[in-house]
Formats: sequence, structure tokens, C-alpha cells
Amino acid sequence: MTDVAAQPGNSNVASATPDTMAWDSRARRVTMIYLPLACFVLILLFPFYWMAITSFKPNAELLNYKEHNPFWISSPTLAHIKHLLFNTAYPTWLKTTMFVAIGSTFLSLFASTLAAYAIERLRFRGSPYVGLGIYLAYLVPPSILFIPLATVIVQFGLFDSPLALILVYPTFLVPFCTWLLIGYFKSIPYELEECALVDGATRLQILRRITLPLAVPGLISAGIFSFTLSWNEFIYALAFIQSGANKTVPVAILTELVTGDVYQWGALMAGSLLGSLPVALFYSLFVDYYVSSLTGAVKE
Amino acid sequence: MSVTTLPSRGVALRQPGWIARLLDYKPFLIVMCLAPAIGLLTVFLTYPLGLGVWLAFTDTTIGQRGIFIGLENFQYLLKDPLWWNAVFYSVFYTAIATIGKFALGFWLALLLNNHFPLKSLLRAIVLLPWIVPTVLSALAFWWIYDPQFSIISYLLVDVLHIRSTYIDFLGTPWPARFSLIAANIWRGIPFVAISLLAGLQTISPSLYEAAMLDGATAWQRFRYITLPMMMPILAIVMTFSIIFTFTDFQLVYAITRGGPVNSTHLLATLAFQRGIAGGELGEGAAIAVSMIPFLVFATLFSYFGLARRKWQQGEAND
Repeated sequence: MTDVAAQPGNSNVASATPDTMAWDSRARRVTMIYLPLACFVLILLFPFYWMAITSFKPNAELLNYKEHNPFWISSPTLAHIKHLLFNTAYPTWLKTTMFVAIGSTFLSLFASTLAAYAIERLRFRGSPYVGLGIYLAYLVPPSILFIPLATVIVQFGLFDSPLALILVYPTFLVPFCTWLLIGYFKSIPYELEECALVDGATRLQILRRITLPLAVPGLISAGIFSFTLSWNEFIYALAFIQSGANKTVPVAILTELVTGDVYQWGALMAGSLLGSLPVALFYSLFVDYYVSSLTGAVKE
Repeated sequence: MSVTTLPSRGVALRQPGWIARLLDYKPFLIVMCLAPAIGLLTVFLTYPLGLGVWLAFTDTTIGQRGIFIGLENFQYLLKDPLWWNAVFYSVFYTAIATIGKFALGFWLALLLNNHFPLKSLLRAIVLLPWIVPTVLSALAFWWIYDPQFSIISYLLVDVLHIRSTYIDFLGTPWPARFSLIAANIWRGIPFVAISLLAGLQTISPSLYEAAMLDGATAWQRFRYITLPMMMPILAIVMTFSIIFTFTDFQLVYAITRGGPVNSTHLLATLAFQRGIAGGELGEGAAIAVSMIPFLVFATLFSYFGLARRKWQQGEAND
């Protein structure tokens, strides 16, 4: 490549189009960028396609690849979804999951907004260490905690109650949200708060009237992220909830719908599809917030 | 009504009550603001962490308070072939999955860093596997890995005619191990790609222009500009990835539950099987605690091994 660029003929081409290299021809671009990208997208999306197509296939097609092309449906059916909604407790599971996700999101937003404000704006001796401590809490994985936490939940008399999940989920939501919000608070000019202080506003008024309205994008990011994480949480929900009605969607599909030796793949995939839809919808509405919060949290 | 309240409000503003003054007293305010977060984390994170270590040294079972038995749980684990099996698979799973995720994720990030139409849509699609509940996509993988109706086997046998028999993905140990790793890589690529893409976008284009003027090849530009500039963010993303891959639970529990013949148990699933399903809380806690040294080692290794580059470059590069 170095040799090619050094030749006078090629350097002419390169200087004519400064943005693209001489070798950056169309064919090369297709093989180097578009083809691999297409493969990535195909592989990343295929399980969802498979999930969706399975949930609308009648059982006869589902288990017969010889006569029906498995990649397509010849006679779509809503039987699996109907079975799910009317013959199982699926609507209850959805409601419980929604309740838990919304509850824990609000609890962790409340706690982490106050904490982030204290750490970033009320600067006190040792505030960086408190921030670091909260950050380290994020590195403690739930797999280490769920056994002792189960005994704590039993001690509190919260076993088999969705309330337990609302109280426990903030352990991984608060560290994340706090760090995200510290970053947002940093971006708000301190002068604004000083002006308000000079005008006689109290600290809490400043937080409510000035800092929070300016940090709304950060709050939305933290909120949708918390919602998604608590919707997806599995191990705590599996360990702390026993009765069928109180289960969250991911746990319920795995423990209540997988029965016996013959798997109802249609119903299982329909359940997975319906359980993924709320977060997927949420995601499609707030894509930019997701990307910014994911990358923002990593950069901090 | 309004006549009587207005003056009193004015007085209250000039001379705030003791509650208002207390709320404006900085040390009190700091304690108040930190209390919910620190309280939640102490009760449901720090305390259980300590309790977990304590439980590991007791013979607690569900419904029965245990007594201190010293290192007996750990001595038992060291003699337990299933525990060694889980340690081996956890390390193997983490190593292969991390290599796969970072190789493919970095590649995807480099691809996404180019200019092409519909870029933001594509970025949104790519993140989808990471957004959807892991257990639910794991179920889709379970169905894809079905011994009789696997779509991969169908493709290989009936469409492409590469193989003559259907693959038994989850029925035998090694195929099951690699099937789980493939599912984990699939789920991990988006997180790595999007995080690294953010890092790539912070690299100044002038560096590449300077290198191109000096006649650097595409590989040289990657090796001497992209890679060193990405080291700090790579270190952080890799630390996270290793921690959460090593302690993974959902994928294995959803697809194989540790089978066939316990060959795909990770330490987390083994801890669940012994601790919650089996009721031996003490032993389960010991298995969970035995993950901690691996985690500390992996964190230190990935963080300091990669982040050292940052110190060599000096502070100015931040």
C-alpha cells in the first residue's frame, strides 16, 4: 500500500478526491463494508425473525419441514397468542412485570437523582469517594448476591412478593443511574445555580426549579434504561418469587410454559415475542437516549 | 382569604421556618440526599455481600439456621468434580466468548464508523439483541438448537447438503458448550460494538490524515492510531464484559440448565442448583464466594493490562 501511494500516478487520484483513498472504489466498498454489515445484521436479527415466524405458524407447519418451507408461513394463525392470552396467566405476568419495572424505576430514579446531586453539586469532603463507592457497587454481579439476598428477603417477610423485587432491583439500577446523572449534572453550568443562590433560592428549590428541568434528557435516559433492565432481570425474580401469579414474564415463560417433554414451541415463541415487545417498542421510541446513556456510562 | 394569606407568606419568605432552614443546612441536606441511595445499597448489596461470605462458612439450609463450620464447604468443593467442571467451563466460556465478542464487536464498530445511508437505523437495529430480555432470546436459541427441528441443521442438511445428519446441539457436552458460547457472543456483540463505536468517534480525524500523508497503510493506521487510542475504553468495556460473562446465569439456565450430564454448569448455575433448588444455602454461598477471586483477578488483569497504555501516553490524551 505504501508503495502504491508513492507512485506519482496514484497520488494524483488521491489528491483529486481528498476524502476517499485511491483504493476506495465502489466494488471494494461493497465487499469491505456492505457485505460484512449485511451478514452481521442478518445474524443479529435472525433469532427474532425465527421467534416471530414460529409464533404465527400452525403446529402442522411447525413440525413438518419436508412439505412446508420453514422460512415462511403458508397459513398464519393466531392460535398460539390466543392460547397464551386466554388459557394461561400471561396477562397477570405482564401486569406484575410492568408494576415491578415501573416501581423500581421510580425508586431508583428518586434515590439516584438525590445522590448524584449531592455528590456533584453539594460537593463535600470525600464526595468523590462516595461516587466511587457507588460505582463499585455496579461491579458486584447479582449471581454472587442472590443466595444471601434470598435469606434477607425471607427475614423481611417479603418472600414471594413483587415488592421484594422493587426493593432489590435498585441495587444494580442506582449505581448506573447515579453515574449517568452525575455526568449530566456536570454539563449544567454551575453559574445558573449561583445566580439562584444569590437570588435567595434554597438548595432544594434550585434542584427542583433549575437543575432537574435542565437534566430531563439524563432523567429520561436513566429512566428508560432502568425500565429495560428491570423488565429483563431474571435471577432475582427466579429466586424470590414462587407462586405462579407473582412471576415476571421472563421467569414465568421459562418455568410455567415449559412443561413436560413436548415443548409447545408456538406458545413459547409467542410468549417470548409478546414479552419482548414492550421493551422493543420503548426502545424504538427512545433509541437516541439508549445509545447516549450506554456510551455515556462507559465513558464516565 | 387571599388578603389574609398574602402577608403571612411574605413574612415566611423573609424569615424561613426551622424546617426550611434545616433543609438549607448543607450537612443535613447532604445526609438527606445520600440516605436513600446509600440505604438501599447498604441493606440490599453490602449487607448481603457480607452475609454471603458468612453463609459460605456455615452449614445453613433452607429453614434451618446453620452453625459455623469453618472451611468445610470449601474443602468439600475442592474435592467435588462438578465444581471443578463448573470452574473449567466458566473460565472457558468467559475466555472464548470474550474473544469472540470483542473481535466481532470491534469489527462491527469499525464497519459502523463508515459513512453510509440509513446509518442511524442500522445502529438501532444492531442494539436490539441487547435490549430484548436475555431469557426470551435464549428461548429462541433453544428452539434454533432443537435436535429435530433445528433450522441450522435444516439449512446444512436439506438445503446446502453439507452434512448428512442433523446436529445434536444440546445433547452432547462439547456441542452444547459451544452452542451456549455462540448464543452469548450473539447477545454480547451489540454492547461491545456500540460502546466501541462511541470511542471510535472521539478519535480526531486529523490523526488519520497525518498518517495518510506519511503513507501509512490501513493496517498501520489501525495498529498505531485506532488501537492505542481505544485502549482506555477497551479496558473498561472488557472489564465489564468479563465480569458479566463469568457470572452469567440466564443463558445457561434457560437453554441447558447445566446439562447434558452437568457439562455446561457455570459457577452461577451450580450455585443456584445447590443453594436455592437444593436448599443447601451454605454450600451455594460457598460456590458464589468462590467466584470472587476469579472476578478480582480478571478485573485487575483486564483493567491494568490494558489501561497501562493510557499512563504511558501521559495525561494529555484524555
